[in-house]
Amino acid sequence: MRLKQILVPAVLTLTLPLTAMAEELRLLTWGGYAPEEVVNQFEEETGIEVQVTLSNNEDMISKLRATGGAGFDLVQPSQDRITSAQQEFRIYKPMDLSKVDSALFIDSMLAATRRNTSVGDDVYAVPHVWGTTGLIVHDSVADQVKDFDDLCKPELAGKVSYRLRRPILIGMAFSMGEDPFAAYDDEDAYAAMMARVEEKLIACKPNVKAYWSGGDELINLVASGEVVAAKGWDAGGWKLQAENPQIRFVAPASGALGWIDTFALPRRGENDEAAYKWINFVMQPEVAAKITQSAGNFTAAKGAEEFVDDKLKASFESSFDQQALDNIKWYPPVPAGLETLEGQILDRVKAAN
Amino acid sequence: MAAPKVAARRLVGMSTLLLMLPLLLWLFLLIFLPHLDMFAVALRERVGFGEYRFSWMHFELFFSESLYWRTFLRTAVMSMLTTLLTLIIALPIAWYIAKLVRGRVRSLLFMACLIPFWVSELVRTYGWMILLRESGVISGVLQWSGLADAPVEMLYNDVAIMVGLIYASMLFMLVPLVTTLDSLDNSLVEAAYDLGGNHFTVTRDIIIPHAMPGIVSGSIVVFMLSLGNYLTPVLLGGKDSLWFTEQIFTQFITRFNWEQGAAFGVLLLVLSSLIVWLGLKLSGQSFAETMK
Repeated sequence: MRLKQILVPAVLTLTLPLTAMAEELRLLTWGGYAPEEVVNQFEEETGIEVQVTLSNNEDMISKLRATGGAGFDLVQPSQDRITSAQQEFRIYKPMDLSKVDSALFIDSMLAATRRNTSVGDDVYAVPHVWGTTGLIVHDSVADQVKDFDDLCKPELAGKVSYRLRRPILIGMAFSMGEDPFAAYDDEDAYAAMMARVEEKLIACKPNVKAYWSGGDELINLVASGEVVAAKGWDAGGWKLQAENPQIRFVAPASGALGWIDTFALPRRGENDEAAYKWINFVMQPEVAAKITQSAGNFTAAKGAEEFVDDKLKASFESSFDQQALDNIKWYPPVPAGLETLEGQILDRVKAAN
Repeated sequence: MAAPKVAARRLVGMSTLLLMLPLLLWLFLLIFLPHLDMFAVALRERVGFGEYRFSWMHFELFFSESLYWRTFLRTAVMSMLTTLLTLIIALPIAWYIAKLVRGRVRSLLFMACLIPFWVSELVRTYGWMILLRESGVISGVLQWSGLADAPVEMLYNDVAIMVGLIYASMLFMLVPLVTTLDSLDNSLVEAAYDLGGNHFTVTRDIIIPHAMPGIVSGSIVVFMLSLGNYLTPVLLGGKDSLWFTEQIFTQFITRFNWEQGAAFGVLLLVLSSLIVWLGLKLSGQSFAETMK
């Protein structure tokens, strides 16, 4: 009797917060895609609490794979990393496109993402933020560095940095006159092409100061003047330019590599309604502009550029003329198994002396 | 007469078992089972979308692809070197703390060893990066004093990794050394000098043999910590310095190749245990002896 008198209220108080807890949206995303201002505004308007976890492509897939797609309600992988991950690990659920306000999106981007993230009849993602990978160059060497393979010029020994991941393989292949995307489906041809890239990257090693692994690390290396030319993201380049006008982001001659980060629903996400609300909320032009401001990259929201400040627009225009824009090489979906092959190449490059 | 005795013994056995149960469960559920599972994961080969079959290929790849076993070898050799250097640096310090100072100074010195561990490993490693980088503190001081006329890069190489590892593991060598040296009777050392010993022979014949259990247990801990370290090699190491734990991380996280990563994990466990066992055999120590 006594025990019961103590236990019942105790159990009640313990379980009460669980049932009374506010609705929440667990968002797994990149840095800058959910700025505090936007999150606060969303919470005020909808009463849904947003929990933001920062991550990157590989980490997102690994996290979802470990739990079979649980733990988050909305994730933002790049569009080229969705279909193979879905086929291999079944971590996403199909999008209900009727719940997404398609009028908010730039039509061509929505169509492209739709095409690139379909498995069978199901569409797995809608586009959010897009950007490019290219070259971040200091004025002192700007006339020497026009393309990815220029990073290997002997004059730049010890002054170069890039991330040792798949984009450098792809970029290097393009600048060597190959077309890696066309070879995606022919594994032997791709392997042969990558063997040449491997050779190039090993020969290029003396040029590399350090392989950067995060955007901030790269910015640090360039801002301190330790590195004068690097492979990097446009947003990082523009951020550096804002602080030091001598540093610029350049679209490589062979074409900048374009990526689109998306919204996708994890297979065992618990609050799809909130996820759709968030998507429709952040794609409003004014809100999208705030995300552009914090992430440094433009979004797939129609009309958002009107609200973006002129400085960022000017940076964008200084890096891309119409021709460079048309020349962007958009990543097609990565076939499964390719990453194992690329992985061994990256390992060998890292280990080579 | 014998029956109650047996029953009593059985009761004692029962209660010890019950007392041990949490520990056994912990060992079984959190150590043994996950390792077994990892081994099982390592033994499957992907044949299609979500389809797997039994195979030893991930273990074979470790031995056939020279890159992987060489990385392991490199990691092991560097860890052994770290252990040796840590020992050489720690021995005089431990002697000083255990024998030459008393009271407040002694606890102050101990504190000085401990305090760096109040901040996380990440912060400590970043500290080293600020010191060693080309635009960093040491390079700045060298240029200011005129010893160097251009920025000096000391980061991103094996020496930087070594410095970071030694710094990170110093405490784990010092503590066992101080404890064992503490128990060395001073009169033994005095007697040795009286009998005509010099610094070298006294160290070799009296101090080292006495400190051996401390040396061995310290070395095991430092070796294992260095071998399994991830942050220090990744942050301080350069473009050529691959570390084996980094390989495991890459397989799991960036390549989605859990099978290969699990195989590497199992190999790391087996090979490092083998090295420790071999080290104990060669130095004539037994594991039970050192853990006393």
